[in-house]
Amino acid sequence: MNRMSWFNAVSLTLGFAFLYIPMVILVIFSFNESKLVTVWAGFSTKWYGELLENEAFLNAAWVTIKVAVFSSTMATVLGTIAAYVLVRGGRFMGRTLFSGMIYAPLVMPEVITGLSLLLLFIGIGLDRGVFTIVLAHTTFAMCYVSVVVSSRLVTFDRSLEEAALDLGCSPAEAFRLVTLPIIAPAVISGWLLAFTLSLDDLVIASFTSGPSATTLPIKIFSAVRLGVSPEINALSTIMISIVTVGVITASLVTKHQVARQKREEQAAERA
Amino acid sequence: MRRFVLIAIPYVWLLALFLVPFAIVLKIALSDAAVARPPYFPQFDWAEGIAAFIAELDFENFVWLTEDDLYWKAYLSSLKIAVISTFFTLLAGYPIAYGMARAPEEWRPTLMMLVILPFWTSFLIRVYAWMGILSNEGFLNQFLMWIGVISEPLTILNTNSAVYIGIVYTYLPFMILPVYSALERLDGSLIEAAEDLGCSRLTAFWLVTIPLSKTGIIAGSFLVFIPVLGEFVIPSLLGGSDTLMIGKVLWEEFFSNRDWPVASAVAVVLLLLLVIPIVLFQRNQQKQQEAE
Repeated sequence: MNRMSWFNAVSLTLGFAFLYIPMVILVIFSFNESKLVTVWAGFSTKWYGELLENEAFLNAAWVTIKVAVFSSTMATVLGTIAAYVLVRGGRFMGRTLFSGMIYAPLVMPEVITGLSLLLLFIGIGLDRGVFTIVLAHTTFAMCYVSVVVSSRLVTFDRSLEEAALDLGCSPAEAFRLVTLPIIAPAVISGWLLAFTLSLDDLVIASFTSGPSATTLPIKIFSAVRLGVSPEINALSTIMISIVTVGVITASLVTKHQVARQKREEQAAERA
Repeated sequence: MRRFVLIAIPYVWLLALFLVPFAIVLKIALSDAAVARPPYFPQFDWAEGIAAFIAELDFENFVWLTEDDLYWKAYLSSLKIAVISTFFTLLAGYPIAYGMARAPEEWRPTLMMLVILPFWTSFLIRVYAWMGILSNEGFLNQFLMWIGVISEPLTILNTNSAVYIGIVYTYLPFMILPVYSALERLDGSLIEAAEDLGCSRLTAFWLVTIPLSKTGIIAGSFLVFIPVLGEFVIPSLLGGSDTLMIGKVLWEEFFSNRDWPVASAVAVVLLLLLVIPIVLFQRNQQKQQEAE
């Protein structure tokens, strides 16, 4: 290590402490006996018990998961098609507008996206509920998916697709047998991204949901506005653990895959 | 034919759920508030024709935005908060990215994962975590009083300082990642060359490292600045009643005052405000791609 390393060590330690201490505190105090979140009064799991009996939260969690599964799946299909069209579609009328519409939602403030979709749903007389949230989430998430997938499509060797076509595949078969397996990791990470975005979204869901559908972030937000509560800490801990396990698993799987791919490539070279 | 269908599916979807809604926002921004359902006027009516409809539209709401100084102040204060917090995010993020890029190679994937992990964790929860830390009887005040720096608790929650802390915290990964990827590509021998030629470490950093990581700095700054400008969650949870941000004003105009035309006009102006940084960001990304 070089001479600057003490400086780097200090900045990394402070940086990661800053990133992680708030979450660690949140997790620790979810096991606090006391109703006062900031005073430690002994270990207890009672807030988890209360959370599991709180039907409003459970319903909201169920709605959120439903919305996330539907919207991220639709967003993945639409986003993959959009990426394919953008990268492989060649020139077509209105291509600039199309790519603009793919990139614009990424930088659009959520309040504007939410407001505009709400005005649309009211304009066409669509009842607000789970369905409208799914439509809204699909729309902004498909843009993220298409950016992720198109970055993979750009780097991939087009001659593989052409070889499949030369060998008698139909374009659909070439896509299914050659293109899709190669871009699969990007499609999966696109789906995961869309899923988390949907799970996480407060602003757009608040605009596009009706009284019949409350998502977890909406529920958390209205509870949190009144101040900190140990139940929310317990809920946050559960969500943080799920994400942590998911991210670590995903990174281990990728690591494994990269290693396998390397081995296969080496084997192919020897052969 | 198949190609046409493939293009049409996402195209029509985005037209219907992205572009058309904007046209509606624009239209309502030019309408008048009315005590009706939906609460604005005029309603589009095919029978009366387009000309009569357009004649009813006016810029009254935009004039209103310039007259009531609430909106002016909200736009200016959003800009101010976005500029200052972007600066602090850079200040906090650069050393972390630098440390990551200089860390032993086998650590880097782990460090990278540690930066990305908070990004996957709920935004709302990460903001909420600070409510317990910054409140009067919160952990920060407890800690500061315990080590004896202060004797009275500081009021941080519900002030602009809490908003800055919240923004730096939640947007830090957006700054670290682009800066890190710029620094990681940087050729170490350039710095050695500068030092061999008589630069001090600090001058070499200032004259070589910073300019070569410029694209990362610019990309990171825009990735923070653009979403912060329209931020709603952070000012409404950590900020006080005097924290003015345009996203919050839009929300309140819509949900509390139910003044849809003014909320739409606020949205249109916010969008115009965002065009410049978005175009600059796009240009920076293009330059970077060409350089590669």
